[in-house]
Amino acid sequence: MTARTVRGAVRATLAAALITGAAACSTPGAGVGGAAGTDSVVVGIATEPETLSPLLGYGKDGNSKIFDGLLTHDADMKLRPALAASLPEVSEDGRTYSFTLRRGVTFSDGAPFSAKDVVFTYRTILAPGTNNASKTELDAIESVEAKGEDTVVFTLKYPYAPFAERTVLPIAPEHIAGRQDVNSGDFTKRPVGTGPYVLTAWSKGEKLSFRANPGHWGGEPAVKKFTMAVIKDDDVRATRLRSGELDGAILPPGLAKGFAKDTTRRTYAARTFDYRNVTLPTHHEVTGDLAVRRALDIAVDRTAMVDRLLDGAGKPAFGPVPTDSPWFTAGTERRHDLDRAREILDDAGWKEGHDGIRTKDGIRASFPLWYTAGDKIRQDHALAFASDAKKAGIEVKAEAGTWEVIEPRMKTEAVLAGGGSPADPDFDQYLLLTSSLGGDGFNNMARYDDPAVDAALAEGRRSADPAVRKAAYDTVQRRLAENPGYVFLTHIDHLYVVNDAWDGPGTQVEPHDHGLGTGPWWNVEDWKPQQK
Amino acid sequence: MARMAGRRTLAAAPVLLAVTFGVFAIAALSPFDPVKAYAGTAGLTASQAELDQLRINLGVDRPLAARWWDWLASALTGDLGTSAVMRQPVSDVIAERLGWSVLLAACAFAIAVLTGTVLGVLAARRTGGALDRTVSALAYTLEAAPAFWLALLALWFFSVRLGALPPGGLTDAGSDTVTFAQVASHLVLPALVLSASQLPWFFLYVRQGVADALGEDPVRGARARGLAERRVLLGHALRSGMLPTLTLIGSRVPELITGALLVETVFSFPGIAAATVQAATSVDFPLLAALTVLASAAVLAGNLLSDLLYGLVDPRVGFDG
Repeated sequence: MTARTVRGAVRATLAAALITGAAACSTPGAGVGGAAGTDSVVVGIATEPETLSPLLGYGKDGNSKIFDGLLTHDADMKLRPALAASLPEVSEDGRTYSFTLRRGVTFSDGAPFSAKDVVFTYRTILAPGTNNASKTELDAIESVEAKGEDTVVFTLKYPYAPFAERTVLPIAPEHIAGRQDVNSGDFTKRPVGTGPYVLTAWSKGEKLSFRANPGHWGGEPAVKKFTMAVIKDDDVRATRLRSGELDGAILPPGLAKGFAKDTTRRTYAARTFDYRNVTLPTHHEVTGDLAVRRALDIAVDRTAMVDRLLDGAGKPAFGPVPTDSPWFTAGTERRHDLDRAREILDDAGWKEGHDGIRTKDGIRASFPLWYTAGDKIRQDHALAFASDAKKAGIEVKAEAGTWEVIEPRMKTEAVLAGGGSPADPDFDQYLLLTSSLGGDGFNNMARYDDPAVDAALAEGRRSADPAVRKAAYDTVQRRLAENPGYVFLTHIDHLYVVNDAWDGPGTQVEPHDHGLGTGPWWNVEDWKPQQK
Repeated sequence: MARMAGRRTLAAAPVLLAVTFGVFAIAALSPFDPVKAYAGTAGLTASQAELDQLRINLGVDRPLAARWWDWLASALTGDLGTSAVMRQPVSDVIAERLGWSVLLAACAFAIAVLTGTVLGVLAARRTGGALDRTVSALAYTLEAAPAFWLALLALWFFSVRLGALPPGGLTDAGSDTVTFAQVASHLVLPALVLSASQLPWFFLYVRQGVADALGEDPVRGARARGLAERRVLLGHALRSGMLPTLTLIGSRVPELITGALLVETVFSFPGIAAATVQAATSVDFPLLAALTVLASAAVLAGNLLSDLLYGLVDPRVGFDG
């Protein structure tokens, strides 16, 4: 190849690039790979799954698109049968769950779905060699067995009331996934399921493309092409939505506001269980002090945080359960009351020093508060918390670090944490408040230790009687108000902006994690083009 | 010449070996925890027992030397191991991504060489003239600007403000197929930024080389014989002025690689460089080691190319390494 041909080739490439670039961009949204018609939907998301294999934890909370679970959640988070023909039969002692499976379901490669796929999925997840970091959620399972082609029976180690909520996790085909390495096989990138959509391509770090599965047992979706573009940067995502390349996107409150007056798009605010809180370590002489805990709990101005940090897209939080959930205990709301906070501290012997910071028995009311570096929302909350605490005479030093830096310090130093799973109150509260889980991984970071709470949490997960369960979680929330081992600050709404071209978009109550299953497209398979 | 190439290739083996061990050692010392990186958000609600099991499964609980030795032994048999962050074999990661990176680097390099040469010749014609002063000042500024900063600036200006070029990726979000037109339009910004970070160096070298050549006897002679200015510039001055530049092209490889690392990350370009950054931040030993070997080999090959070219174009230099 001579220099001249190289030069010629380069010149041609550049010319072609510039021409196509100009053509593609001079007509925003005019179908060059953009929103072509109403049977194709392109959405912008902020995070991407590491894997698409349910065996490694993908889609464990449902809405996985490629797969179905035994059960699924409807718009109100009620359980509905999916691959199961009906809700499970639960034995008297609450330790046996029997699922009868839907007949005639096939995987997208045409192979029939049966009980052996269910057994294979659950057993593989629980196997020690499977690198699934969420398998702790299935801890209650003692065994899972197939009874014939269409019955699956789970036996639990102990009665566990919310177990059925876990069975929304996707079922993988044994005839494909069973024949390869579970951790690194091709299946993690090229999954095959029974779900409403089939994966056509996954360009890691860029996008996931799906097409409708014509053989889906629930009927073929009207939206034939569905693409999720992975765009980490909020501004770029908003720009691509505005240019018409995207039909919908998740946006932070500040950027979503820019679309408020747009008549062609709708903004959806998903209610969530997504909380931000401050851990108050029991093993620190300041944060372990009951008076300090109670004072901080009412010294924080939660309403101001919602208004200023979240642009109003959220709610004050008084515990893991949001105030609009049926599980919330009415009467445990705490008013912002700085005078009362000061009074509590005075009565307990925390006296204000010359610099405005209190001391007691030579101990200065001061502690560090860690937040994960680069997380703007957590940083804002940490700084707001510190400034509110200072008004009550308590010094909070906000510091940024990675989890690797924070982990060794969690036992005695405060952390700005987040979490939330809406399906059942046990999921958050058991991990967050059970004393035996103090310091177990990142669970119960504050080492909260309250015998009454421990007893109520045990009661709440064992009993199948809704009234008994409600009473148990009421006890937990009341104790948390009397002895706040965590100061809950806000529940954060998730905002989405979507083109107003379909009937069907709506939102479920969302968890802390932004998976692929959240957002107005949680039910994209049910969307219908609007009749204009 | 062949002897020198052979000798260099042999000498590269111990260097690469040391590099792999260095990667494992540095990764083991790094503050990042591979288990946390692997588990992601799920790790924050996992039990300690589960996290410990994961540590054993990923093999990161074993001593550094043992891990390195195992990796090396299987790598020599052609098995590069499994990438934890990508959840697929390392060889697949490289196969999927290397081509895109080579395309990006080649385009950027071609643009930089062409533009640098043209501007260099024009500036050398009238050293100290308006064009020379402007372009030289620009070149020094560019030389000092970090590539990621240039990339962010270009992204903000061309994509966010003007909406003229796609801001990232390889194809538009809505298209499933990788077509030439799609890739070409998505390649423009990253390639331009990467070439801009390489450009100053070429420009300055060509400018100096051509300016020197213009002052030399053969060129003065050609001018005196009344040859056309174009012939003099392109035929005589450029030919001898380009020699030092050509010989040093190979030694630019390291900069090209680091530039690509930053540029690919900013433009979420699915190349090998972006994967390197991911592998580093999540302490993905097998992938990181393989990619570092690849990069080191490229650097060594670049240096060898430089020396060979130098020996070829300058008869005074022998091939004795």
